[in-house]
Amino acid sequence: MTESTDWPLWEVFVRSRRGLSHTHAGSLHAPDAEMALRNARDLYTRRNEGVSLWVVPSAAITASSPDEKDSFFEPAGDKPYRHPTFYEIPEGVKHL
Amino acid sequence: METVTAQDRTTAFDAAVAADERIEPRDWMPDAYRATLVRQIAQHAHSEIIGMQPEANWITRAPSLRRKAILIAKVQDEAGHGLYLYSAAETLGTGRDELLDKLHSGRQKYSSIFNYPTLTWADVGAIGWLVDGAAITNQVPLCRCSYGPYARAMVRICKEESFHQRQGYESLLALSRGTPEQHEMAQDAVNRWWWPSLMMFGPPDDESAHSAQSMAWKIKRHSNDELRQRFVDICVPQAETLGLTLPDPELKWNEDRGHHDFGPIDWTEFREVLKGNGPCNEQRITQRKRAHDEGAWVREAAAAYAAKHDTARHTAQAGAAPAAATAPLHGEATA
Ligand SMILES: [Fe+2]
Ligand SMILES: [Fe+2]
Repeated sequence: MTESTDWPLWEVFVRSRRGLSHTHAGSLHAPDAEMALRNARDLYTRRNEGVSLWVVPSAAITASSPDEKDSFFEPAGDKPYRHPTFYEIPEGVKHL
Repeated sequence: METVTAQDRTTAFDAAVAADERIEPRDWMPDAYRATLVRQIAQHAHSEIIGMQPEANWITRAPSLRRKAILIAKVQDEAGHGLYLYSAAETLGTGRDELLDKLHSGRQKYSSIFNYPTLTWADVGAIGWLVDGAAITNQVPLCRCSYGPYARAMVRICKEESFHQRQGYESLLALSRGTPEQHEMAQDAVNRWWWPSLMMFGPPDDESAHSAQSMAWKIKRHSNDELRQRFVDICVPQAETLGLTLPDPELKWNEDRGHHDFGPIDWTEFREVLKGNGPCNEQRITQRKRAHDEGAWVREAAAAYAAKHDTARHTAQAGAAPAAATAPLHGEATA
């Protein structure tokens, strides 16, 4: 007997309105991409939550490791000059 | 890369919980935290799908097309809630089949409330108002639960639950303001569902086995008794508008406490139903197993079709990134 866990896991991304990015909504099991899309429609857009859907095999996603979280993102940590608030501008200067 | 010690991990976990940050699937977490979540989420998921049965009982006999469409939508939502929650459990490394097995063999429970029968159409209204109402009271604080996937599932669920409660209330109101027989039917349903709904919040605080640890982990935010009191206070004025009486002679406003006092709950009944001796325990599980077995050919057909046609699946598997070897890819891989 075929059990549902034999079906691959898919990550579902929903674009809620035109002009917005697809956002991760959740996951589901389905035997193939087409069924994954249909299941995603029934599961994540029952109330017009989306105008476009992506389904991505979960196994195709490469994720950064939570254990390396600090060292992996560390290069950005000491560069406050990348933010506009780093700079001191005299009072009264406009449009800057 | 520096080595992360067990001590570091525990400290990081405790700090995240203390700072009200969310724990995500690939973060380290204590085994007991994981086990508690799996148990709670599984029981919750099982409740959603078993909860479809008492109401589905009335779909073919709904009094109008409008009520029928509403009821189908609600029951379908409950299936969706089950799926969101099974997904959340899966991010903790526990597969769906394992959980369904445990449900079918009685090793995991679902909410006792669904072991009561739906005798009349008014029960559908009473369930929406009281059972979904109690569920909402329980679930709103879970939207801030420390485990990310569970909290996110709850946000989605709570949004959908509010339609469930309102349709029930509206339906009950229509009956209450209808013929004397309809009013009587509504009152009878409330009489039967009120006390079991109060039991949905679980045993009193001093007898609740897991409460303290769950509160410390911020899985749970309020005690059983606190939530039960909140629910009673919400329901009293709603019942007044319905023109129905809550079946508790001791129910009255307590000026000093700023809450309603209510009569004692029959915990013997609760424990009996929990043990499997409720009116419908056996029927619910039998029906669940039958649905699962009778759906086997659909799962097999879908798998056979996929094996024949699909290239996407093969590409996906062949292309599985090295990270897949170490990452527990149970959903939310990117979280
Ligand atoms: Fe639900
Ligand atoms: Fe519901």
